[in-house]
Amino acid sequence: MDLTFQPSMLLAILPELGLAGLAAIILALDLIAKGNQKILLGWVTAGGLLVVAVMAALFARPAEQPQLIFGGMLRVDWPAFTFRLIFLLGAAVTVLLGASEHISKRYGEFCALVVVSTLGMSLMASASNLIMLYLAIETTSLPLYILAGFRVLDQKSVEAGIKYLLYGAMTSAVMLYGFSLLWGFTGTTNLYEIADLAKTGGLSPLVLGGTAMLVLVGFGFKISAAPFHFWAPDVYEGAPTPVAGFLSTASKAAGFAVLVRVLMAVFPEVASFWSLVVGILAAVSMVIGNFLALAQRNIKRLLAYSSIAQAGYMLVGVAAHSAFGAAGAVYYLASYLVTNLAAFGIVWLVGREVGSDDLDAYTGLGRRNPTVGLAMLAALLSLGGIPPLSGFFGKLLVFGAAVQAGQIWLAVLGVLTSVVGLYYYLTVLKIIYRPGTDEHALPVSASWRVALLVCVAGILFLGTVFAPMYGLSLSTAGGWF
Amino acid sequence: MPFINAHLLTIILFSPAVAALVLLLLPRDKPGLLRWFTLAASLVPFFFSLLLWRGFDPAGEKFQFIELAAWYPAINSAYHLGVDGIALTMVILTTLLTPLAVLTSFSINEKIKAYMVLFLLLETGMLGVFMSLDLLLFFVFWEVGLVPMYFLINQWGGEKRNYASLKFILYTMGGSLGLLLATQLIGVVAGTYDFQKLLSIWPGLELPGGVLMGLPLATVKSVAFWAFVIAFAVKVPVWPFHTWLPDAHTEAPTAGSMILAGVLLKLGAFGFIRMVLPLFPAEAHQYAGWLAALATLAIVLGGLGAFGQDDFKRLVAYSSINHMGFVVLGIATAAWAAGTADGVIALNGAVLQMFNHGLYSAGMFFLVGVIYERAHTRDLNAFGGLYALLPVYGTILIFTSMASLGLPGLNGFVSEFLVVRGAWPVFTAATAISMVGLFFTGAYTLKALWKVLHGPLNPKWSGHLSEIDLREIAVIAPLMVMILVIGVWPAWILDVINRAVSMWF
Amino acid sequence: MSFPILSLIIFLPLAAGLVILALPAERKQAVRIIALTAAVLDLVLAVVVFIAYDVAQGGYQFVERFWWVKQLGISYYAGVNGISTPLVLMGALVVTSGVMISWRVEERPREFFAYLMFLGASVQGVFCSLDLFMVFFFFELAVFPKYLMIALWGYPKTRDYGSMKLTLYLFLGSVVSLVGVLAMYFAAGQNSFDMLTLEKAGFSRAFQQTWFLVVFGGFAILGGIFPFHSWAPDGHVAAPTAVSMLLAGVEMKVGAFAALRVAIMLLPDGAHFWAPLILALGTVNVVYGALIALIQTDFKYVIGFSSVSHMGLVLIGFATLNNEGLLGAGMQMFSHGIMTALFFAVVGMVYDRAHTRNIGELGGLFRKMPVAAVGFIIAGLVSMGMPGFSGFVAEFPIFMGAWKTLPLVAIIAVLGVIVTAGYILLVVGRVFFGTIPPKLDETVGDVSLMDKLVVGGLAALMILIGVFPTLSKMAPLIQSGVTPILALVGGA
Repeated sequence: MDLTFQPSMLLAILPELGLAGLAAIILALDLIAKGNQKILLGWVTAGGLLVVAVMAALFARPAEQPQLIFGGMLRVDWPAFTFRLIFLLGAAVTVLLGASEHISKRYGEFCALVVVSTLGMSLMASASNLIMLYLAIETTSLPLYILAGFRVLDQKSVEAGIKYLLYGAMTSAVMLYGFSLLWGFTGTTNLYEIADLAKTGGLSPLVLGGTAMLVLVGFGFKISAAPFHFWAPDVYEGAPTPVAGFLSTASKAAGFAVLVRVLMAVFPEVASFWSLVVGILAAVSMVIGNFLALAQRNIKRLLAYSSIAQAGYMLVGVAAHSAFGAAGAVYYLASYLVTNLAAFGIVWLVGREVGSDDLDAYTGLGRRNPTVGLAMLAALLSLGGIPPLSGFFGKLLVFGAAVQAGQIWLAVLGVLTSVVGLYYYLTVLKIIYRPGTDEHALPVSASWRVALLVCVAGILFLGTVFAPMYGLSLSTAGGWF
Repeated sequence: MPFINAHLLTIILFSPAVAALVLLLLPRDKPGLLRWFTLAASLVPFFFSLLLWRGFDPAGEKFQFIELAAWYPAINSAYHLGVDGIALTMVILTTLLTPLAVLTSFSINEKIKAYMVLFLLLETGMLGVFMSLDLLLFFVFWEVGLVPMYFLINQWGGEKRNYASLKFILYTMGGSLGLLLATQLIGVVAGTYDFQKLLSIWPGLELPGGVLMGLPLATVKSVAFWAFVIAFAVKVPVWPFHTWLPDAHTEAPTAGSMILAGVLLKLGAFGFIRMVLPLFPAEAHQYAGWLAALATLAIVLGGLGAFGQDDFKRLVAYSSINHMGFVVLGIATAAWAAGTADGVIALNGAVLQMFNHGLYSAGMFFLVGVIYERAHTRDLNAFGGLYALLPVYGTILIFTSMASLGLPGLNGFVSEFLVVRGAWPVFTAATAISMVGLFFTGAYTLKALWKVLHGPLNPKWSGHLSEIDLREIAVIAPLMVMILVIGVWPAWILDVINRAVSMWF
Repeated sequence: MSFPILSLIIFLPLAAGLVILALPAERKQAVRIIALTAAVLDLVLAVVVFIAYDVAQGGYQFVERFWWVKQLGISYYAGVNGISTPLVLMGALVVTSGVMISWRVEERPREFFAYLMFLGASVQGVFCSLDLFMVFFFFELAVFPKYLMIALWGYPKTRDYGSMKLTLYLFLGSVVSLVGVLAMYFAAGQNSFDMLTLEKAGFSRAFQQTWFLVVFGGFAILGGIFPFHSWAPDGHVAAPTAVSMLLAGVEMKVGAFAALRVAIMLLPDGAHFWAPLILALGTVNVVYGALIALIQTDFKYVIGFSSVSHMGLVLIGFATLNNEGLLGAGMQMFSHGIMTALFFAVVGMVYDRAHTRNIGELGGLFRKMPVAAVGFIIAGLVSMGMPGFSGFVAEFPIFMGAWKTLPLVAIIAVLGVIVTAGYILLVVGRVFFGTIPPKLDETVGDVSLMDKLVVGGLAALMILIGVFPTLSKMAPLIQSGVTPILALVGGA
């Protein structure tokens, strides 16, 4: 193992350094800013995230061959690169969406917490050491626990924070147990060294399978796959809506990034086993998510169950255990990120202005704010997998991967449950376009508008011009194998 | 002229349809214009069919004035027209009766435009059947005629018109289903719908193993034969497929009945002669006895049925069944005794009977219409002694009835005599029974005449009925002339028919 | 590269829809005019394609191609052949008619016309696709317009149910097929969604027999195959007039077309294997659809079930796998599209004026709206397969094809024709003739000039094709499309 430090390593973690710096700047500015000025912090944060993203794109591009840096703590490769950009986008949108009087007093904190969490995610995606991985996960999670309980005067929000913390802690513990087993059996914490040992037959399949299961529990929680999904509806419902959006997208993406990396890197020897397990998780998620969503009358709970189902679809791509499938999952994630953020953004707006998250609150939205109605239409149909929106191509890829891998049953189940999914998405859509009693347009802020525009543009772009993102997804998948 | 000669049939066939299209563009609220235009338009095909008659060479080719153009090559069907002596006779009958029927329809006052359009389309449909030399085309025109007739009955008919029109179209369409299927079968097996080609392929068809679609070829052919027969039998109508006819006739407007009895029924008989006998000689021979039996039943029961009616129009309707029975008897004879003198004579009689029945049945329906328009009833018991009031009408009615009755010297006698003469040696018993049927013919004809014209005058009519007017005489006069001419000197038309029949059999 | 006429046909309505959405909601007249202009332009382009298509040369013409996702072999690949050219024309015709019929829609015309345009773009996209991915892309593009149009502008009593049922059935059908298509993509191993490439992929017999059922079945749901037909009447009845026209007229053809193009042409061995089943189901469609139509009391349901019945004939035509059957099916797709559009248009006109569709409450409307009534009667005659109309020249070859494969099918299916005659005549008699109820006598007026144009145009076209199947280029065109199919399926 090469433990020497090279200056180029700093360049590789320049985005993470930038994030840390950004968090500090925000906190500092937060002290200076007064009253309504705090709203401007959102623009600063978003701008900062944009700068970080540019830095990441320019300086942190992976080389031909993946590189392990900082003594094998981090790996500079395409997955890290792609996911970092995804997280940055998610964070920027979340911050812009979140700008409102409701959290204006503590808006600085909000932005800083999001940025710190993003830093953690970014490290998660590139971590190649069990310890680094665990630290990254906790760096991500702690700000999120706080964010979920951000509205301290709102009992539901507090409950959400605590629930999320408890579930998170428990699953973290199980995962950590799995990590410790791996370390115990191999004597190393480096993922790729463990992988080498496994390849040479140093580990029994039983051990590998067992630890794979334990690790899956932790990641299953992160990505809210059934049966580790129980927290999601309650937390989404209680947490401030932008946070719920962030939880359901960026945080889920981070979970996937690690899940795939660990499964691919450490457990290729028991691939057929975990492939089956992941397939089952996918199936259960798709079924439970979609069917339970049918019964929901609260939009946030509905989206929570929908996001469980979406996790299932992504897992279909993972279960295929192929570069194609992994690329599909990445594409799906990217598409899902912009889509779900748009949906939660609108939920945030309506919940705030109408004062309810019930589906009935959406009556007449299409007439009150036609553009917002159209954006919601795009988001919902993208979740349903309808072209020319991004969800279509994502579904096509993951189902294709299942078919290619011979998991026809998974593909069939997937398409059948997606029909169920379409049912409730369309129901919401219908409510939006039904004439309502109140015809006044809901007021929207500039930052919210920009954030939504970015999301919708993303949905449409990923839904019509597939090649660039698909190319990136393929590279990403290549970095895992 | 060369163009007209080369496309004479097309001109005759489509000039009514073109006129119908033009009619659509005429203003709706000018009844005079619509009527006279239609009359003029219906005289065009008549004029051209006279040219056709003049240009037809009875001693020449079997089919003349042939036209052949691509229509639906993808399924081997072509626009193939041509007439022989038999078809020629029928074309003349159609183009003659249509202007007369149009003239009759001058009394129609409702929705004149639609009525006239349908009438002209009907003419095209009927002419097409007589002219087609392509099995598919034949079917096309066969069906096309149904629609206008349906609406004529349905829209301008009597009280029970809905029932009658639906019964008419369902019977005929139901009958046509077999025709449709059999047509397809033949087309698929033979690979062509061209009638002249089929003549050489279908009757002598041999297949490896003698099996077609898993069934013995002979069985399939028999089934196809019966499909054809039923379709045509419904139209003729042959007993027991006749029940639509009295209803349709009774409810149809006068001109509709004229065309229905005068031409449409002939389509069925023509189908027998054109399609069944040439395409299924063996089966026709095999089943000729059955056909003769049905014909006899039609003659006897039709006569009896007519006698039992109190409705004047219904009585005339049943008489059609009775008269068409002779046509079928003639055809059955020809089927049994193809190639013999008897067969030729009987078929000559049948074709002539078709023409003759067209004349006098149209006349009878017209006369019923004349009295109905004045009295608004057709109940025979309500009339009586009208001869005193309407001497001209009475004379015409007696004259036409006598033709129908088969009085020597009028046309009905000639054709029925020929049929009986031809059929006697072949189906002696059937013919004998049919002769008994003739007795009923006399009975019901005289009953009608007695009830309408003679006996005590029903006082309520005196002063209320006007004499037949000039327009109506213009309708009936040509028919009466033809009836008399053929009755006295049938040779001019019989020659054409006879040569055609001899060429076939 | 030549003039991208097909792309224009596909994207013109799409662009028009977007422009319409961008307009302020109050500018209703501008919305209508833009929609009509786009639809008419589209129609003109479709006519140009129809006329300019070179039958002698055959094959795919007006081809455009560029890569979409090169890594996966997905391309934007448009082209039309003898089967799809008439369908493109039919689609454009029905969209134009739909716009004209909907001229008086007063409730949010902006969204209505925009969605209608999207729907139009979707069907044209499918008809022009030579790439499997593109087929699905464009097909599913129509999901939300059709759902929303039914759910929002539909018949209030049944629109919730009808819209959802229709949309989910159609979506289900397409995604089921999608799985099959993915299997084909991987089994071929050519890294291509290009259908012309996949035609030569040489799938194994076992593969074809397994997957044909999936691919064909999915698309056949869209085509209304028994027992998955029930979305059609429910959906069509719930939809507003223009959408019924488009759904029954064009959308069902999209399914049938895709079933032919993808399932039969790419998996010919599978088609041979399953043909008897399809024949049987198609026959059930024909007879069952007609019988159910006979007992309906709702005017619109009669037509809804008649579509089920007629699509059965298309399926039969496909399953014969011979020249006559496929030719007839091609003709029938066109003919039925026009016919059913006309049917629904007239039903809409009647409902708009009488405010009831209950046959028992209607009557004598011929006097009030003669043009519409004549149009309905002509559509009825087409539906009955009356010679002289387009229905006959379409159904006759189908029956011939059936004779060649399974005569029993021809015999049973012909019975459907007589039932059809029955229900058409009954409906015509009850709705347009007879005595007019006094209430309707006062309120019902004649149809507008725009409506008359639609009725007249569609009716004239059906007669034109019925009288001149060859001269109108329809039969030769479709024949040129059938010949390559026969080369693939190896039929006579």
